[in-house]
Amino acid sequence: MKAQGKAFRYGDNVDTDVIIPARYLNTSDPKELASHCMEDIDATFVDKVSDGDIMVADRNFGCGSSREHAPLAIKTAGISCVIAASFARIFYRNAINIGLAILECPEAVAGIKSDDSVEVDFSTGKITNMSTGESWSAEPFPPFIQKMIASDGLINYLKKEVLV
Amino acid sequence: MSMTMSQKILAAHANLDEVRAGQLVMADLDLVLGNDITAPVAIKEFAKFGIDKVFDRKKVALVPDHFTPNKDIKAAQQCKMMREFATDKEIENYFEIGQMGIEHALLPEQGLVDAGDLIIGADSHTCTYGALGAFSTGVGSTDMAAGMATGKAWFKVPSALRFHLTGKLGKWVSGKDLILHIIGMIGVDGALYKSMEFTGPGVASLGIDDRFTICNMAIEAGAKNGIFGVDEVALAYLAEHCERQPVVYAPDEDAEYDATYEIDLSQVRPTVSFPHLPDNTRTIDEVGEVKIDQVVIGSCTNGRISDLRIAAGILKGKKVDPRVRTIVFPATQTIYLQAMEEGLLKTFVESGAVVSTPTCGPCLGGHMGILAEGERAVATTNRNFVGRMGHVGSEVYLASPAVAAASALTGYISNPETIEEK
Repeated sequence: MKAQGKAFRYGDNVDTDVIIPARYLNTSDPKELASHCMEDIDATFVDKVSDGDIMVADRNFGCGSSREHAPLAIKTAGISCVIAASFARIFYRNAINIGLAILECPEAVAGIKSDDSVEVDFSTGKITNMSTGESWSAEPFPPFIQKMIASDGLINYLKKEVLV
Repeated sequence: MSMTMSQKILAAHANLDEVRAGQLVMADLDLVLGNDITAPVAIKEFAKFGIDKVFDRKKVALVPDHFTPNKDIKAAQQCKMMREFATDKEIENYFEIGQMGIEHALLPEQGLVDAGDLIIGADSHTCTYGALGAFSTGVGSTDMAAGMATGKAWFKVPSALRFHLTGKLGKWVSGKDLILHIIGMIGVDGALYKSMEFTGPGVASLGIDDRFTICNMAIEAGAKNGIFGVDEVALAYLAEHCERQPVVYAPDEDAEYDATYEIDLSQVRPTVSFPHLPDNTRTIDEVGEVKIDQVVIGSCTNGRISDLRIAAGILKGKKVDPRVRTIVFPATQTIYLQAMEEGLLKTFVESGAVVSTPTCGPCLGGHMGILAEGERAVATTNRNFVGRMGHVGSEVYLASPAVAAASALTGYISNPETIEEK
């Protein structure tokens, strides 16, 4: 499986309060949440994003609150993958649990600018900057997490593996 | 074996003799927590399991505390959904308005946390319960749903940082100053994926409320959990609140730590986190002139009785600056009542502060104290991200109850050491 889209480039410590501000958490409707995604650091994100686009950020992406509304808003907005130098741990597990693709690869992050065209091959972890021709390999997920992703998220995995 | 406290608790709950850092384990849970923001998403996910019951109706806690008392119609709908789920699934630990408190102050107070427990909560500050020697960590709503259905969660066993404490904190210096100092030292991702374990002879001088504050903010350094060893202070608290027998884990003598930090508590100064990250700290001596519009004293970080006593001690017999909106919110009904009986609420009202019902409202910019553009607040809360307490152009300065109360009196971020007690 591959994803391709234009890059939205952000810095260090993108927190869940800017991904989806708490003032919008009085709903759990994914579409409504997505309509305010990134609003407090990038007011034009929602207008510019197209299905398949890729979010690229530096260290500690998704720090702060445990709100699953954050990866949900990003996924529903159309983002196919988040590439970061590192992820905050609750965001990391939330993304896996809800099936938002994430890759940790500081080298790729350093080589991607806003609006670059980026391709990600999920089966190999290969990230390619189509605008520059450079490519990198992200660390593959451990087998346990791969199984969870293959089951399309935590709930289906547990239904198959634990509750039987 | 060479395991940390956190690793021992995970091993015991995964039915393993030993675990090592990096290992993925499936572990049995003692408690699963959710609130009015995270539970509605979890309830929708829970429905996908197609089962009628939660794994144990005594081991699920639902606390409507974030946007309550309901701030608007949408929040009311979310709370209604949670209330109906609690009724339908016969959840024993559902806390309605009137019994409700801020979840991380409420659960230990209600005896739902014991030493040695493994707890997940769909709220990042679930790490608070490490103060009582529990392994507790924040997760998302899907993990909460899975926890409610199966009584299990997956964990990557964390490595640990050790904070070896010696000495004793100064008079106006509290656990809040210590944890802000530590976050300033290691950064907002300084403990990413790791445990923060607090040890050493200095621990004995820290009261339980200070320990709750310290573990509460472990997440602000990116940590998976914060944890203290179980000593007489923790055992006394547990004896008063929890009916179960504590299970005490100590780290092995040869437990491995990624790093050890030596901290002399007597050297820690009142500390303030400037916008817009908790690690942007300055000691009170380096703050300079920062004019403020609002003071918020409370939250899961600093809304406990010790915090209110410290703030009231500074405000007693004085008036807050009339330009400064000073909002005090005790964390639970029990704390509220205790503060009333001790005369603290009278002190707050007489000083010109308002006292709110327990709620997370102002901390996350939900309600009950939102900032306008360009406004600044000194808050005893836990985050000062862009737009955290309101307008994207507002600012939050994190501080202890003592610094917050002193600042309310002067209208500028102030050193409690310079305020004369009456």
